[in-house]
Amino acid sequence: MTDTLNIATSNVGEAPETSRSDWQSDQEVRWCPGCGDYSVLTAIQLLLPELGVRRENTVFISGIGCAARFPYYMDTYGVHTIHGRSPAFATGLAMARPDLDIWVIGGDGDMLSIGGNHLIHALRRNINLNILLINNQIYGLTKGQYSPTSEKGKVTKSSPVGATPRPFNPVSVALGAEASFVARTHDMDRRHMQEVFRRAYQHDGAAFVEVYQNCNVFNDGAFGEITKKAARDDMLIDLHHGEQIRFGSESEKGVARLDGGVQIVDVADVGEEAILVHDETKPDPSTAFSLSRLAEGPHSPTPIGVFRACNRDEYGRAVAEQIAEVTASRGKGDLASLLRSQPTWEV
Amino acid sequence: MTDTAAPPDALPVDKVIVRFAGDSGDGMQLTGDRFTSASALFGNDLATLPEYPAEIRAPAGTLAGVSAFQVQISDHDIMTPGDAPDVLVAMNPAALKSDLHMLVPGGTLIVNADAFEERNLAKAGYEQNPLEGSDLDAYRLITAPMTSLTKEVCKDLGVKPRDAERSKNFFALGLVSWMYSRPTEPTMEWIDAKFAGRDLIIAANKAAYNAGHAFGETAELGHQRVVVPAAPQQPGTYTNINGNTALAWGLVAAGELSGLPVFLGSYPITPATDILHELSKHKSFGVTTFQAEDEIAAVGSALGASYGGYLGVTTTSGPGVALKSETISLAVSLELPLVIVDIQRGGPSTGLPTKTEAADLLMAMYGRHGEAPLPIVASRTPADCFDVAIEAARIALTYNTPVILLSDGYLANGSEPWRLPEVDSLTPIPVEFATEFNHTDADGEPEFWPFLRDENLVRPLALPGTPNLMHRIGGIEKQDGSGNVSYSTENHAHMVAVRSERIAAIEVPDVEVVGHPEADVLVLGWGSTWGAITGGVRRLTNAGYKVAQVHLTHLNPFPKNLGEVLARHKKVLVPEMNLGHLARMVRAEYLVDAQAIGKVTGQPFTAGEIEQVALGALDD
Ligand SMILES: Cc1ncc(C[n+]2csc(CCOP(=O)(O)OP(=O)(O)O)c2C)c(N)n1
Ligand code: SF4
Ligand SMILES: [Mg+2]
Repeated sequence: MTDTLNIATSNVGEAPETSRSDWQSDQEVRWCPGCGDYSVLTAIQLLLPELGVRRENTVFISGIGCAARFPYYMDTYGVHTIHGRSPAFATGLAMARPDLDIWVIGGDGDMLSIGGNHLIHALRRNINLNILLINNQIYGLTKGQYSPTSEKGKVTKSSPVGATPRPFNPVSVALGAEASFVARTHDMDRRHMQEVFRRAYQHDGAAFVEVYQNCNVFNDGAFGEITKKAARDDMLIDLHHGEQIRFGSESEKGVARLDGGVQIVDVADVGEEAILVHDETKPDPSTAFSLSRLAEGPHSPTPIGVFRACNRDEYGRAVAEQIAEVTASRGKGDLASLLRSQPTWEV
Repeated sequence: MTDTAAPPDALPVDKVIVRFAGDSGDGMQLTGDRFTSASALFGNDLATLPEYPAEIRAPAGTLAGVSAFQVQISDHDIMTPGDAPDVLVAMNPAALKSDLHMLVPGGTLIVNADAFEERNLAKAGYEQNPLEGSDLDAYRLITAPMTSLTKEVCKDLGVKPRDAERSKNFFALGLVSWMYSRPTEPTMEWIDAKFAGRDLIIAANKAAYNAGHAFGETAELGHQRVVVPAAPQQPGTYTNINGNTALAWGLVAAGELSGLPVFLGSYPITPATDILHELSKHKSFGVTTFQAEDEIAAVGSALGASYGGYLGVTTTSGPGVALKSETISLAVSLELPLVIVDIQRGGPSTGLPTKTEAADLLMAMYGRHGEAPLPIVASRTPADCFDVAIEAARIALTYNTPVILLSDGYLANGSEPWRLPEVDSLTPIPVEFATEFNHTDADGEPEFWPFLRDENLVRPLALPGTPNLMHRIGGIEKQDGSGNVSYSTENHAHMVAVRSERIAAIEVPDVEVVGHPEADVLVLGWGSTWGAITGGVRRLTNAGYKVAQVHLTHLNPFPKNLGEVLARHKKVLVPEMNLGHLARMVRAEYLVDAQAIGKVTGQPFTAGEIEQVALGALDD
């Protein structure tokens, strides 16, 4: 509602051209050397100039954790809130200010443990936020406890004989919450990150991106089996809308519908026609959900890219429309009339 | 007002207290509300106390299911719904059992005789029908077969007996309205409007009301018809308002006065939910309401909206404030405006959700981690909730701070006549956001420092979207001035001091002493005890005793003259609906021997109780 707020936005005409350095704040980046968060930051700082957006209209909102330090490093508006609550804060901001591009960023503990409730409701409402869940399968900032995405049996300081619970699969959780945009990428491939983040930015509504991120101090190599260069061809299944889901150096493997679900197959065994064509726009999330279940953890061929991107009413706009409709039908509220809206009498 | 409605033979009395009690399904709140509205339109001063059970569907006919509505109407300025009812309407044995002890000796007792049958008597725990023995001889008993008479008059209307029975509360209303010469018209009009389109219900309710009225007229009641004449009131336009509606309207007004759209983030909880309901109706004022997934998201979203330039508000009661605590501390650290409304109820935990208590003051004051001071204001009457909501917003927006507004269940649901303010007379709340650089860096380049404070230690707010002023804020300690993350221990000590000083320096009006300025006994209060304290102190003053009264709207910071005022009186009594929160605060702050007078029965103080304790203090 910038019209009512009377703020000096420059949101007219083309945004000025920017370069990576325009998006870097003057604060020293303080992640551990070698941390995967650096490449996520770089990917964002390289992408934003390409998107042609204004720095003053871009806001980064985060919770608490290593990844959540992100806003301090961006020369945009930013708020480092409290553990788990960034989607709540961002929801209020997005409802108030649909003119802003809001990025929400946090770790697996922040968004799936303490803040899980806010995350699923932001996705359910489909509020216009770009949500990046930086998953390192560990609590980094508190120095290495198991997180809701740590694999069963994970030995950490708080689970010396192995973590007992089953982990969340963040993509499955987001699909279960009926998010309208769900994607996965990883910190070892900047181009892939940029493309997925670009799609998230372009999406109208809540966009959820899981980013596999290496915490080289407390959980080094958690995704190495699938993200290291030599393994990628055989271990990463890159999803492309309208194309067959195939992978392997010769595209010799693929995903086919079998036994009511989807399974990894050798193309030679089933024939080209049997290979599933990826449709990210399907309103029914079942196939996307099945795809998210292909790999139990980052140890076998794992889909990345955009699982789902479909149209659903954006929440903030729907709320604003109600306000506009009521105002149009009743006229702008008048305080004196409001005070006289119950029975009155004169003395 | 319409004095003409009073029959010439009616005996004028200065006040009357009526209590309608029945099963939750008997429509007692509605009956009390109608009696109140008719009295308000008649020009009486009044105060109400709705009391309803916590369970939505408590077993019918049991003590747990009793719902009551007490109202005092008078020909003069009154403060409370009254100490003891002069009239008790008991729609069933359970209502009689639970509320008879409140009735004044010799008071009028009206019962629905039809409900006193075996099953209901047993459910209420009566071994014998109390209407038959001599137990009720101390009262003026009026037994009316309300259910059967209502069914009777509805028979010819084509209303099914089952449905007709539901109108029996209108019989009671008609009867009491006859006894107290209440105008009939407003209730008839209200029935038409409320049940528009349901002609049978309209007909049944009107018939029942008229039957009750006629019962009064024709039965040999041995009851002199009386009238409570209109109270002298300041000229103006009046409406009957409850606290939650007044509070919601105050928030709307604050939005208009500040020029900021209002954002309410809330999660339903008794007795605060009605504010969410009310504000949801006022979209045409640009009010956005957001029913969040929990209280943490409610306050988080409100703070996010404040950051975006809205007037962020969150409404709840005690358990919700507990959940919001961490985010309120964030708001203290970020120095962003935010209004947190706590409609207090009996605690801890679920406690007595539908009963009143005011035991959240120390939580409002201290219930956060770290040194996290914030301003606190409290409303004293239902109508006052309007002014205090504006005051809370004024402080929040002027000083960029979260503010806690304390109200309670008694104010929330109670109502009183309110002389409507002229909208032009309300003071605007000027708000300015930063649009320019305010500092120069080492290289001589202009920059924006989000924590470069003004003379009131208030920081500038630059809204996202403002060109050039991009900056980051967060809960990590900030360097004063630049706002950059700082782990410096000296800076932290400095910031803690600044956050404390800036709240302490907030300008609030001095307290006024009511009553005798040199009195030995001062009664100090806050919140909804105002009516009872004022009533009690007034009785003693009228009787020639030297007593004084001070009532606080601002609980943090305290008014500047409070210490000096307290020091002038030998004894300071602090009646509170808790075990001594304000008493502890003033003892700590001013080293006065303030005496806590606690009441935690879920019911407000009566003027009589205040009179008694003050009298006791005067004696010794
Ligand atoms: C209310 C609250 N509880 C606990 C913490 C401590 N804490 C800070 S970050 C964190 C977990 C961080 O893990 P994750 O979200 O995965 O982020 P990472 O550091 O791995 O990027 C915890 C438990 C806190 N800051 N606030
Ligand atoms: S602890 Fe792990 S996640 Fe945190 S900064 Fe270091 S490497 Fe990165
Ligand atoms: Mg983590």
